[in-house]
Amino acid sequence: MAPVATPFFFYLFAAIMLIGGILVITRKNAVHSALALIVALLAQASLYLMLYAPFVAGVQIILYAGGIMVLFLFVIMLVSIERSMKERQFNSQWVVGIIAATALGGLFIAVYAKGRDIFPDGVSTIMEGDNTQKVANLLYGQYMFAFEIASLLLLVAIIGAVVMAKKRI
Amino acid sequence: MLHITTLHYLILGAALFLLGVIGVLTRRNVVIVLMSIELILNAVNLNLVAFSHYWQGMPARLGGGPLALHGQIFSIFVITDAAAEAAVGLGILIAFFRNKETVNIDEVNLLKW
Repeated sequence: MAPVATPFFFYLFAAIMLIGGILVITRKNAVHSALALIVALLAQASLYLMLYAPFVAGVQIILYAGGIMVLFLFVIMLVSIERSMKERQFNSQWVVGIIAATALGGLFIAVYAKGRDIFPDGVSTIMEGDNTQKVANLLYGQYMFAFEIASLLLLVAIIGAVVMAKKRI
Repeated sequence: MLHITTLHYLILGAALFLLGVIGVLTRRNVVIVLMSIELILNAVNLNLVAFSHYWQGMPARLGGGPLALHGQIFSIFVITDAAAEAAVGLGILIAFFRNKETVNIDEVNLLKW
């Protein structure tokens, strides 16, 4: 299906993502930050759909907005946020941090301004119907070894999280 | 702008990356620092998927074509890593909070000399 009103939806979702990101790093209450991050992640899933990546969009919604953010909210509820809300929110090196981030932004702008000619304007329109099938073929074919390593990584993460959060081993 | 090119997605990814970097460098709350790391990983994911879309429109002799979904595969692996990182990081946070009753990152200086 041909895309409809792509620029409008791109700028809409980009604005939602940027506002969500700004709210994440400026809110005092960590729960508000988590909710803003969920909104940004959902907008990013919509952008994945516009890029003809429906499988990654579904993974983004289920795993990120559904799984990881619930984990974050649980931990926010476990640690006490009342005390940290009354305290200073930014650390003493924030000026240096902003300067470093600005320098990094200048680097990005320089690179993209120099390299913008190598990206042609032609927009490919691909049928997305068999995207999941193609992803599965690659994931279980060419990337089989990396897939197994990822499962091993998740096992290590489970053990690490349990060991860290356990009171007495 | 009449239509959206790869560069638009790259600029959006760069802006999100910068927001995440600012959050990591300036916030004191460890939970929000971890969320900023998630923002950074998401910016990278957006770049990967945008480049995957770009390569799908390239000719097959350059490695493109409709089967060039390597960016999407890699973004799935990045999401896996983000899940592992969040689980371990939040476990460390719980262990730290149990010991020192704080979530401020500049009070985490046990290993600093």
